[in-house]
Amino acid sequence: MSNINRYLCLFIFTPLFSLAQHKISGKVTDTKKHPLPGVNIAVKGSYDGATTAADGSFSFTTTATGDQLLSATLTNYQTLELKINTAAGEQLNIVLKSAVNALRVVTISAGSFEASDDKKGTVLKPLDIVTTAGAGADIANAIKTLPGAQQTNDREGLFVRGGTGYETQTLIDGMLVRNPFYSSLPDIPGRGRFSPFLFKGTTFSSGGYSAQYGQGLSSALILESIDLPERSSSSVGVSVIGVSAGLDNLSKDKKTSYGIEADYTNLSPYFNIVKPKNAPNLGPEIIGTSVNFRHKTSRTGMLKFYGYGNWTKMGFNSNSLEYPGYTESFKLHNNNVYTNLTYRENIGHDWHLYIGASFSSNTDNINADTLLKNPAPSLIKVRSDLSQTRVMFYKNLGRFSVLRLGGEYQYAEERSAFNENKANFSDNYTAAFAEGDIYFTPSFVGRVGGRAEYSSVLGEMNFAPRVSLAYKMNNYSQFSVAYGDYYQKPEPQYIRFNRNLGYMKATHYILSYQRVAMDYTFRTEVFYKKYTDLVKTTPAYNNNGSGYAQGVELFWRDRKTFKNVDYWVSYSYLDTKRDYLNYPFRVQPDFAANHTASIVYKHFLPKLSTNLGLTYSFATGRPYYNPNQPTDKFMSDRTMTYNSVGVSASYLTSIRKAFTIFVLSVSNVLGNKQVFGYHYSTDGLRRDEVVPNVPRFIYLGMFMNFGIDRRQDVINNL
Amino acid sequence: MKRLFLAFLFTGSVTTAVMAQSAQYTEAMTKQTSDLDSSSIFTAEGLQQKANTFERIADAEKSQWLPYYYAAYMQVMQAFTLKDKSGIDPLADKAEANLDKAEALSPKNSEVACIRSLVATARLTVDPMSRGMKYGPEAASLLEQAKSFNPENPRIYMLQGQSLLFTPEQWGGSKSKAKTTLELALEKFAAFKPESSIAPHWGEPYTRKLLEQSQQ
Repeated sequence: MSNINRYLCLFIFTPLFSLAQHKISGKVTDTKKHPLPGVNIAVKGSYDGATTAADGSFSFTTTATGDQLLSATLTNYQTLELKINTAAGEQLNIVLKSAVNALRVVTISAGSFEASDDKKGTVLKPLDIVTTAGAGADIANAIKTLPGAQQTNDREGLFVRGGTGYETQTLIDGMLVRNPFYSSLPDIPGRGRFSPFLFKGTTFSSGGYSAQYGQGLSSALILESIDLPERSSSSVGVSVIGVSAGLDNLSKDKKTSYGIEADYTNLSPYFNIVKPKNAPNLGPEIIGTSVNFRHKTSRTGMLKFYGYGNWTKMGFNSNSLEYPGYTESFKLHNNNVYTNLTYRENIGHDWHLYIGASFSSNTDNINADTLLKNPAPSLIKVRSDLSQTRVMFYKNLGRFSVLRLGGEYQYAEERSAFNENKANFSDNYTAAFAEGDIYFTPSFVGRVGGRAEYSSVLGEMNFAPRVSLAYKMNNYSQFSVAYGDYYQKPEPQYIRFNRNLGYMKATHYILSYQRVAMDYTFRTEVFYKKYTDLVKTTPAYNNNGSGYAQGVELFWRDRKTFKNVDYWVSYSYLDTKRDYLNYPFRVQPDFAANHTASIVYKHFLPKLSTNLGLTYSFATGRPYYNPNQPTDKFMSDRTMTYNSVGVSASYLTSIRKAFTIFVLSVSNVLGNKQVFGYHYSTDGLRRDEVVPNVPRFIYLGMFMNFGIDRRQDVINNL
Repeated sequence: MKRLFLAFLFTGSVTTAVMAQSAQYTEAMTKQTSDLDSSSIFTAEGLQQKANTFERIADAEKSQWLPYYYAAYMQVMQAFTLKDKSGIDPLADKAEANLDKAEALSPKNSEVACIRSLVATARLTVDPMSRGMKYGPEAASLLEQAKSFNPENPRIYMLQGQSLLFTPEQWGGSKSKAKTTLELALEKFAAFKPESSIAPHWGEPYTRKLLEQSQQ
């Protein structure tokens, strides 16, 4: 039938005055002479034309006469227009050049892992962070499955490439976050304070990061908050450890939104059933709240406010190591507030403006006591307030190149009291930076920048140059190199007691290769990092410490080989030694393991609409300090290897109108013994192993999301 | 009453557009739109050829929304035939660019909103796990938008029925609801009079096929 139709059409539409017809034919190839099928060939201004066949050939007739413009169009290629004379009757050879699309443009990638929905070709998606088993929807825990990060699960923070947790800075929309983790108790790490669902982009830089950021010797965790939500919604969650509720409201014109969230966590009922190693004597209880407001001020302008407040109380009793038979009590009250206001706008002539302001305050009240024993309890109060502003101008140069200029000002008040002894200081910190991403060609980019900083408490200025180069060999593969100097103020607890300290410094050298295809990613990096001017506490406080870190890292992610399975494997080899604090000479520090590996496996069962996840992490033993060893054997003992298997299952369904997720997750499913180090009594006669407070954590929760958009209701009612 | 009024408005705008057409345009478009319900064109090559032809017509005319609309329809259908999912986004970008042009010429167009919904669905298939939350609701709300522009457009109900049929039950899909919606679509097809021989009129045979599947 359709064949008959076709003949009929041919018959009807073949113009009768065929004398005026000219045949145009030819072949289209790319610059490497491969034939291009599917090219749209058209005589401009007429309907006449054709689509090239599998061998790139085309042929059609046109009624147009004389000189005409012929166009050849194909996705991912530059459209070509050429003048032809319809009467010439020659065979046309058309060569199309590939267009420069986002996929083919090289990006600076040395040292950084990016999770983003907006940009193509990123290694991770924001959802990957939430769905990593064993991470408990905590950003830092998910990042520990990536190369470069250590499995330091006895203290909070990201320990990257031989650096301490203090050497990693967290930034939200360009503004520094002090205390991004809940205050921790000794040997028990605190989780991140903010929900991973608030961010559309997460970049984990394990080194060589941009001159836009400073004050992190090792690493930067750069978070970018979402703009406007897709729709209004409300949510509730219930789990074995707490409840949460939230509301997101998007205005009718889709230009303004606000959101509020609150959660309450109480671990004491859970600890009544699962007895932890150390019994709680306060809480543990956490109240968390957060608010956000976002307003699109114009087509290109965006104003965002994000703030959170957390109130924590927790405390534990443990057997005293120093005084056998006695009990040590440790209680902590923490109040933390963070606010962040940013505005960006296109100010014309390709210039963009970014302004940010932030205030945060963190207070820890600690009561530590050996019960029923003199002296009186130690009362420690530490409060840090930070106000900061940041201004950045950036200008697009040509199609891809960007120039950025900016400055920062921070005012920090650090107060601390140990019983009656107070040690307070304040610091005015100013920084200026300039950086250019220069595209020599779309596949070859250089980033050159520098950062100058001045801190009033150190009374010292520094200048940090940073350079990266990246070259993309084809659509998928690229090489990158990075070099940079990084300065950081010593931790407040050292500046408090000695104002003559200066900046600590690290220099990074990174070489990286990556291949990112649609369904798999391979990445490898080699790095060398040199530390100088690290803080030493012996004989007196000084900046004479030094060290190095070097290593090789591998990452492989595959979403194709097994159906409905997505897995990644990461491996890090780290060789690091440092002489800092009270170390007598350079040794491998107690937070660094030589070999670290993770396997993250995610399996989606569409029929059951269930996600299964499994994460296995491994690390070789870490050094620990044994006072019974002679000085030349300082830190020469190693803990046992670390093994951890976390599993999770989430079942997605809808209950009435609500999108519902049930989550079951179990950490350390196999019950592997994990020892992170040892504490010794002062006389060296007794020791206590540092182990997780609960060897295995079982989490069960249910989260419901109600779309309160009217249209959404209609759809659900269909 | 409100719906009637909207339908009336919609009819009015289409009629004025139709009046501006040339004979050559009508001929070419009639030929190109005659076999849109035939399964023989639904191969990647066939759809690309059609899309290219519609783009040539659109480019030559510039004031007609229909060739842009059909080009986008062919491109999004081509996206669904692709095995290599990396090709879907570029095609969806192309389709969207054509739909933007169609919408500029004919604002608040129910048919354009239907194709936009298909584009959202195509983007969803690239990575359902991470894109489902965004593009699933977007595809559904575009069909609601299409309904608000013209509730008599049968293709809205066909696409809603299709999504009910292929969505797992836990996510709100349902064979029985699909069946009722598809039956409604057929009623709307029976009552639907295209504004001209070249206005969108595809979908009825496909709806019958879907209905058969919903009854299995």
